[in-house]
Amino acid sequence: MSSTSLTTGRAWRPTVPRRHVPVLATLALLLVMYGIGVSQYRAFSDIQVVFNVFIDNGFLLVVAVGMTFVILTGGIDLSVGSVVAMTAMVSASLLQDGLPAALVLVIALLIGPTLGLLMGCAIHFFDIQPFIVTLAGMFFARGMCTFISDASIPITDGFWTTMSQERVGNPGGNFVSISVLIVFVVVLVAAYVLAYTRFGRNVYAIGGNSQSALLMGLPVGRTRIAVYTVSGLCSAIGGILLSFYTLSGAPLIAVGMELDVIAAVVIGGTVLTGGSGYVFGTVLGVLVLGVIQTLITFDGSLNSWWTKIVIGGLLFTFILLQRLIGIRFK
Amino acid sequence: MSTVADRLRPMTGHRLFWPALVLVLMIVANTIYRPGFLSIEVKDGHLYGTPIDILRLSAPLILVALGMTLVIATGGIDLSVGSLCAISGAVACLYISKAPDQNSISTVFTALALALGAALVLGVWNGVLVAVIGIQPIIATLILMVAGRGLAQLITEGQIITINSGPYRAIGLGHFLTLPLAIFIALAAALLVAAFTRRTALGLIVESVGGNAGASRLAGIRSGRVIFLVYVVSAACAAVAGFMMTANVSSADGNAAGLWVELDAILAVVIGGTSLAGGRFSLSGTILGALIIQTLTTTVYAMNISPQTSLLFKAVVVIAVCLVQSPAFRATLSRRRNRPMPEPASPQREKEQVPA
Repeated sequence: MSSTSLTTGRAWRPTVPRRHVPVLATLALLLVMYGIGVSQYRAFSDIQVVFNVFIDNGFLLVVAVGMTFVILTGGIDLSVGSVVAMTAMVSASLLQDGLPAALVLVIALLIGPTLGLLMGCAIHFFDIQPFIVTLAGMFFARGMCTFISDASIPITDGFWTTMSQERVGNPGGNFVSISVLIVFVVVLVAAYVLAYTRFGRNVYAIGGNSQSALLMGLPVGRTRIAVYTVSGLCSAIGGILLSFYTLSGAPLIAVGMELDVIAAVVIGGTVLTGGSGYVFGTVLGVLVLGVIQTLITFDGSLNSWWTKIVIGGLLFTFILLQRLIGIRFK
Repeated sequence: MSTVADRLRPMTGHRLFWPALVLVLMIVANTIYRPGFLSIEVKDGHLYGTPIDILRLSAPLILVALGMTLVIATGGIDLSVGSLCAISGAVACLYISKAPDQNSISTVFTALALALGAALVLGVWNGVLVAVIGIQPIIATLILMVAGRGLAQLITEGQIITINSGPYRAIGLGHFLTLPLAIFIALAAALLVAAFTRRTALGLIVESVGGNAGASRLAGIRSGRVIFLVYVVSAACAAVAGFMMTANVSSADGNAAGLWVELDAILAVVIGGTSLAGGRFSLSGTILGALIIQTLTTTVYAMNISPQTSLLFKAVVVIAVCLVQSPAFRATLSRRRNRPMPEPASPQREKEQVPA
């Protein structure tokens, strides 16, 4: 509380604004890690490595963008991993029943936002903590997955296989999947919405101080419900991308993904109390996670659990950093 | 009609009324569906039956939820308990599996002490992050939740450590006075925590810190120390729960042990009527909450529904209990039922969800 006055007093230095420091730190970390990779492994400098990070983590990035909206308002959405799995399951099972791909896409893209809308309403109208409501949403979506099928359902639909196998590339042999292009579109739209629209500014205002936002006459309730809907939509898109990537719907896929997503958002410099952060930071956060995984894969002697330990360590470092540079913490 | 409602008001107003009602309803529904649900029989001097099973299986959850109650009472949250269960179980099983005589009591006690020590160190880590450095509890413990799974897998080297130790197995499956030992361990922990919080001023201090940490500090309470302490206690409870979980299956799996127990524990605490904003807690409510969750799980198993689908029912229960406890929802309901009152619904929250 007392630090608020301190930061406003000192924030107007002509150098880098304080709120940019976490994002710049993440960028520096990403470059250092990439540099280490290039210096250690010859194949790492291939541009395809970067493309692969995007291909392998595209769905994570989309979901993390949705989570950024929620966290910016000071909330949290634990249901994302389950909604991703549920979307993939629903599409797989509907396709198996022979529905046309376009209809399946529409239905799958509607489920996530609907669940998000309901959760947002419960949070706003009944004043229940986001943590508990989205926890229930997480249970519900995961339960629906196994309710649909206990086993994984393969997707053989023509549209899906095309989306999965089609490669957009240059003559040099480097390529990205169509999913990556979709991811870029989502990221750009989200960045535009957050930075330049009324809705985006409302999100920041509510995260900064919802009381003040309310007194200023901003639509607090509508915005709060909307961010959970946005997060649901992003999870649904993430689920579709995941089903493009794996060409199946599995009931236990993306378990614990919400943790990776939250970690990526925090490493990307978004403050969990809300009000400060950027979509660009989230992109960097996801890339950091992706590069860690790539480094560990390249090394070969390290086991997969080191990923978790390193992510935990990074989380700690970045939270400490946020604390040290005195960004408003409650 | 109104007189009945008036007479019932003190009872329905009690904070344990709704959780208790849910538990009773679930037991009644179970008994109707399966008449043998409540039957208990004696075999080899031990009691067997579904109610006993529910009590035995809910023991680890009760333990974790007890620690969680104290943490939540200070306005914090501890997400790392699941990972701590996995770590403590892994350390104990690793030590026992390396020992020459797995059945010796001293080996088992050394293993338990080692594992408890490891968990306490991690609890201290959580406590320092929250109380000394001042990081929000939800993120501070998120670190260990993510990294702790990795540590547990590092300890077990990604394998499942299987042990064959009678004394260790007894923690989960042993019997004492015809009842499973696990029930007594959970009961002892509950009584210990209750004695410390309700028979001394500690409980009041914890609640005052949760109500307003700054004000309590000005009133002469060492808020930092109390907050630090609850995370250590929570870690200790999680460690004992971890012993039970691994003892139940005589093996330690860094990946699966204690998975999602933190969510169940938070759920149990919330169902029991402890507010996530901190400031008040109910230990008996938490135990009721844990029993509700375990009864629900057992019910779903008994109905031959896959364990994952039981999450659907859990979601329904969570939402129902939270709605019933939400003052805004009750206000809406009573306004619908009576005449439309001009009472304005207060949209602002009293507190943020996770104050540090």
